Amino acid sequence: MFAAFFSNAGSHSMTLISRLLKSPSLLISMAVMLVLSMPAVAGSGTPVEGDAHGAEDFNPGEMIMEHISDAYSWHLWGHTSIPLPVIVYSEARGLDVFSSGHFDHGHMTYMGYALHGNKLVAVKEMQPVAVSEANLDEGLTASLWDISITKNVFSMFMSIALMLWLFISVAKAYTRKAGQAPSGLQSAIEPIIMFIRDDVAKSVIGEKHYLRFMPYLLTVFFFIWINNLLGLVPIFPGGANLTGNIAVPMILALITFIITTLNGNAHYWRHIVAMPGVPKWVLVILTPIEILGLFIKPFVLMIRLFANILAGHIVLLVFFFLIFIFGKDSATAGFVTSVPALAFTIFINCLELLVGLLQAYVFTFLSAIYFGMAVAEEHEGAH
Amino acid sequence: MELIKPAFGLVFWMTLSFGIVFFLLRKYAWKPILNSLREREDSIADALNAARKAHEEMESLTADNEKLLAQARNERDEILKEARNAKDTIITEARTKATEEADRLTRIARENIQNEKMAAITDLKNQVANLSIEIAEKIMRSRLSDDEKHNSLVRKMMDDIKLN
Repeated sequence: MFAAFFSNAGSHSMTLISRLLKSPSLLISMAVMLVLSMPAVAGSGTPVEGDAHGAEDFNPGEMIMEHISDAYSWHLWGHTSIPLPVIVYSEARGLDVFSSGHFDHGHMTYMGYALHGNKLVAVKEMQPVAVSEANLDEGLTASLWDISITKNVFSMFMSIALMLWLFISVAKAYTRKAGQAPSGLQSAIEPIIMFIRDDVAKSVIGEKHYLRFMPYLLTVFFFIWINNLLGLVPIFPGGANLTGNIAVPMILALITFIITTLNGNAHYWRHIVAMPGVPKWVLVILTPIEILGLFIKPFVLMIRLFANILAGHIVLLVFFFLIFIFGKDSATAGFVTSVPALAFTIFINCLELLVGLLQAYVFTFLSAIYFGMAVAEEHEGAH
Repeated sequence: MELIKPAFGLVFWMTLSFGIVFFLLRKYAWKPILNSLREREDSIADALNAARKAHEEMESLTADNEKLLAQARNERDEILKEARNAKDTIITEARTKATEEADRLTRIARENIQNEKMAAITDLKNQVANLSIEIAEKIMRSRLSDDEKHNSLVRKMMDDIKLN
């Protein structure tokens, strides 16, 4: 059913995940333990070459990796997937745009490119040939600028289209029915906006400055939340692990960091460079810590969102895959396992719905706290 | 390694599309929504204030009305009292004047009657005197029809007149 592609990512990625997910959450550590304890992962060190079609060996580690990683096509079911556009630029070859369907699930090269280990690589042969290690062009691969519309990018575009439609139509309702009671979508969205405004922005940043941070806080909250929810939808157009991909939390955290830094007032910088009321010799220790803290804050923001969503996806799949892990040995065991496994999957799914909202809230709330610290007046903010 | 190494493509598209969605939503969604929310809150606050003010005004109006009513009532009582007094005064005056007039008229009438009476008496006296003289003359004339009688009378009259 699931086509296993080239993968040498298996085992060492798993150890990395385990190192990465040192979160206090029991859930996450449980996920990592389960992933690591899977017998299939231990044996997945060797790359699976070529013909995975119809292969009976079921490899949960690879499957999970395939799910949580980005892809150049959108796998729907069986061998059916939606090809997505590959956009790649290099100085040597210029801009190339073509459908990923030409790669034939990673078996063929096209226009001098191929998929290798789920990565776009350059190959020496320009004519379509079968992919082999021999014709990879490592030098050119390193200089590729790959801005393909991957599964995650495509999913992000859809979530953005959804957001634009949702909020602009809600905004229109406000102008159309000015001074009237909200209705429909408007009344569903309004309490959330009010919550972000009153309980996040106003209470954390303060009456004086909160308004100019509202657009970012609202955008980031709904962006994370909607993408978290879309990630939980198992069928197209959901299921992409966008917020659990390091790039997305990284950019969001980076924007929070930039906004915080640009809005930092004299009071904020004084507290970082030389905390008032602290002896000189303590400053020698404190100042480097504070400066380090500047970067740790957005970094933690990134890791928290990334790890939570990633772990959520992994845990869900792990519980689900238990059925197939047990079913591999005997069909009866698979059927017996399916009942508790499904129950757990449903439970984790519900939990993930909550986590999806919670992480969006936490990211927004912490961003607001950082903005609040940046614009805090004398004798106002907490030290 | 793949997991924690951000892919350039996704970073690129994420930055671009998040930027676009941020600016679009800021302009076409968040600003109008936040503005309408604030306007609505302001209008609700205004309405509540207005209601409270109206209530206060009504209360003060009621108080004023009662004060006015009491004042009016007092004034009415005052006016009524004055009117009653005036009525009494007028009646008393009228009565006094009427009595006086009646007295005066009575007095004048009495005086007139007196005068008339006196005139009538005088007139009567005169007529009586004239009649007496005429009678006396007629008697005299009849008595003095002869000299004898005439002389005896004169003598008699002369006797009556005592010169001492």
